Amino acid sequence: MVNAEIALLGGRKVTTPTGLFINNEWVPSSDGGTFETVNPATGQKLLDVSSATSEDVDKAVAAARKAFNTTWGRHSVPTERARLLNKLADLIERDAQHLGELESVNSGKGLRVARDYDIGDCVACLRYYAGWADKITGQTIEVNSQAKFVYTTQDPIGVCGQIIPWNYPMMMWCWKTGPALAAGCTIVMKPSELTPLTALALCDLIVEAGFPAGVVNTLPGLGKTTGAAIAEHMDIDKIAFTGSVITGRTIMKAAASSNLKKVTLELGGKSPNIIFDSADVDQAAMWAACGVFYNSGQDCCAGTRLYVQEKIYDNFMAKLVKLAETASIGDPWDEATGFGPLISAAQRDKVLGYIESGISEGAKVATGGKKWANSPGYYVEPTILTGCKPEMKVVKEEIFGPVLVVTKFATEEEVLALANDTTYGLGAAVHTSNAKQAMRVSGALNSGTVWVNSYGALHNNVPFGGYKTSGIGRELGSHGINEYTITKAVHHNLLEDDASWPV
Amino acid sequence: MASTSLSTILRVQNANISVPTGLFINGNFRKGRGKSITTIDPSLGTPVLPPGVTICGASKEDVDDAVKAARQAFQTTWGLNTPGTERSRLIHKLANLIERDQADLALLETVDSGKPISWSKADITDTVACLRYYAGWADKIVGQTLECNVKEKQGFTRHEPIGVVGAIIPWNYPMFAWKIAPALAVGCSLVFKPAENTPLSVLKIAELFNEAGFPAGVFNVVNGFGAETGSAIASHPGIDKVAFTGSTATGRAIAVAAAQSNLKKVTLELGGKSANIIFPSADLDQAVNWAALGVFENAGQSCSAGSRVLVHESIYEEFCKKIKIAAEKIKLGPTLDEETWQGPQVSETQFKRIMEHIRIGKEEDKGRVLTGGKQWGTKGYYIEPTIFVDISPKARISTEEIFGPVLVVLPFKTEEEALELANSTEYGLGSAVHSQDPSQIQRVAAKLNAGTVWINQYTFTGNNIPFGGYKTSGWGRELGSYGLENYLSVKAMHYYYGEPIEFPLKL
Repeated sequence: MVNAEIALLGGRKVTTPTGLFINNEWVPSSDGGTFETVNPATGQKLLDVSSATSEDVDKAVAAARKAFNTTWGRHSVPTERARLLNKLADLIERDAQHLGELESVNSGKGLRVARDYDIGDCVACLRYYAGWADKITGQTIEVNSQAKFVYTTQDPIGVCGQIIPWNYPMMMWCWKTGPALAAGCTIVMKPSELTPLTALALCDLIVEAGFPAGVVNTLPGLGKTTGAAIAEHMDIDKIAFTGSVITGRTIMKAAASSNLKKVTLELGGKSPNIIFDSADVDQAAMWAACGVFYNSGQDCCAGTRLYVQEKIYDNFMAKLVKLAETASIGDPWDEATGFGPLISAAQRDKVLGYIESGISEGAKVATGGKKWANSPGYYVEPTILTGCKPEMKVVKEEIFGPVLVVTKFATEEEVLALANDTTYGLGAAVHTSNAKQAMRVSGALNSGTVWVNSYGALHNNVPFGGYKTSGIGRELGSHGINEYTITKAVHHNLLEDDASWPV
Repeated sequence: MASTSLSTILRVQNANISVPTGLFINGNFRKGRGKSITTIDPSLGTPVLPPGVTICGASKEDVDDAVKAARQAFQTTWGLNTPGTERSRLIHKLANLIERDQADLALLETVDSGKPISWSKADITDTVACLRYYAGWADKIVGQTLECNVKEKQGFTRHEPIGVVGAIIPWNYPMFAWKIAPALAVGCSLVFKPAENTPLSVLKIAELFNEAGFPAGVFNVVNGFGAETGSAIASHPGIDKVAFTGSTATGRAIAVAAAQSNLKKVTLELGGKSANIIFPSADLDQAVNWAALGVFENAGQSCSAGSRVLVHESIYEEFCKKIKIAAEKIKLGPTLDEETWQGPQVSETQFKRIMEHIRIGKEEDKGRVLTGGKQWGTKGYYIEPTIFVDISPKARISTEEIFGPVLVVLPFKTEEEALELANSTEYGLGSAVHSQDPSQIQRVAAKLNAGTVWINQYTFTGNNIPFGGYKTSGWGRELGSYGLENYLSVKAMHYYYGEPIEFPLKL
């Protein structure tokens, strides 16, 4: 079976793809294997999805390689790649309600958030990258104009394995496919086994838009099997992964041991949010709440460590606790909902475990700390732990849930040391009304993104990625394109009698 | 009697095309106070529009109003007040609307400019592609951050839209995207003057600006004559930059007016006398095809027309035989006929100038006419594709820009001589090398003093490849990312956050 019925908003039943998408066709997995996918707002099973074997990965890679060598890559014209990406964006925009419902029922995101925010960003991302397709330039380089004509071309890398996570299923799909397709690469994509449904539905739009067969291939499956097969594959030229640090390490090792495929990684974070005395307290409190509780805290660059300067601490924390307690938690189908469940029982239990750990190491619960009682889904209340110290597990480790750890500080020097004392380096923020301080501190934070007087807002034309163990490489902006091209230098010799041997 | 309404219906083939006739200022069509235009269909020599219907021309005061509207928009609803993604969306929308209306726009273009209908359609396809190319740049304008000393100072450059742009375009490719697209992409607003010979298609496109949703005042159309409207633009103190494509003589006048008024920035795309060089190793049949296209396309009315062909003496006779055959294959005819390849010259004035050059070529330069040399047909301003041989490289028709379907063929002996001939011109717009020798290609390309060198090709530009002149062929480049720079100003920010200083400063 390559598709199944699913109930969406109001019980409306639709047929949605559940098979493997290889060479513009739907096929079951080679051994008929499947895995279950669940609605995290109810805990109920949604349907079975095909699980790709390593033999399926071979087939997908072969299809991607063939397309790269015949209808895509340097065999395609850049303006045509742009046209197809713009067409795909138009189709996603057309189907935003349907895709929003699918995204919501599979990931627990509020429908309004999925449709208006996530999918809105997706459409914009593809349109942004469509605009790059015919603007990827190399250089001509003067060496010796009498003797040589030398230039570089930025060629598409080739067949790219892309493994994406469950926290922003459609957005992560677009962040990866946009630049890869614009640059002329072909794709073997593995969506998260927790949230495969929209990645699969998008493949019908790939066909409708007119992409040649084999350009995009999607293989739902498990990390241990499908993911590993991709990371180890001898004919994949590059792998891009977003997910946990542990899996990132595994993938990088597999890439090195197999064919030294190029690797980019977007991993975890434990991002510091610093509030100085001169900050606008009301604004900063809202940014802080949004920074940690958006998407129920399931965000690699969530501002999960809060540092508040002592003079404003009490006032600030009072406001922040109020904001945490008014998060619009609810049923994802409800348009008012802005805060949904965690993705799985396992994740929820892990988060609750961290909260216990924090309490046992001396942190105080200022608000939250428990499951949300009003639903069988995997909800955890927005939680704030205060009195946190650097040695605590909850301060050092990524929790990936709606848990904020708070520490009071006295001086700029002190907080910079605390903020940078982490193996991560994905996001960071500074809230201040002092211009000099804003420049000094933003320059001193060891983080791939620094927000000043805000948190969390990303843009398709601004690069994003990590320092240290938060990752390798950058997504978004022109940097995103660079990760999917490879440089070739061509040296034309113009002199007719230049060779000499023996030296 | 002048028309009192601001639009008219033009019946072309089976289409009834409504054509605005006013000036387009601040999102509205209105009357002009300048000299009005009666536009002629050059295939017939008769007016395009119904009797008594003229196109409004802009006076100096009208130009003032347009500049005010453009400035207001730039400061409030356009410029950096509108993010790049929104500018991109609007330009894409405009492209889609032009694509939707391409049939009517092509008909209008053909009757107004004399371009055969198949070429008008191709122009619109190019216009749409150019808009889409620059729409993609709108959210990709980047400056630099510059390390000074992280403890005290950070440098930045901001690449900002220059402001209000005066654009004056010619009649040979009235589709206007090369100036509009990059200017809009970076956030400039425009005061736009089409050529007085071809005022119609841009007026129709102005309607599409409203339909696409551009704020009023972003795009303003002021038709008119060069002496009145053009010079008002060139000398206007409220215009930050003027972009001009046209003759070298007018380009000079514009640059002088710009310098004497507010030193507005100037880019110019002017004339050419481009040389197509054919070496013995060239695929001769292909070289002939490219050479013929290069000079006869658009009835020779192209700034980068390959109006001189330099042929190695060993293949000279054979080349002449073949290019004569090629020229005589060209089909002239009614411009609305899909089979017609070459149309008339754009106006009686141009027709007379070109016929005068042909007379000079025969009688004063003593050249031999290999083919052509006469008017074609009895109506309109058609001239036969014309080739001169046995003529001196110093002859008037070998050195002066003719801007018509007249080719001069000159032999050469050596590569050095070919380069000498090619570069002996005040111009430097286009050039080409036809050769199969990779080293020769690079050697010659490196030495040609021209803004464009085609290798085994001619004529075709690309939206992502810059185009412009060396020497008196112009200032600046259009197309590609280079085209954006014409519409940007660079502002350097020195952000100091270091220690306090004493005064007087101890050096």
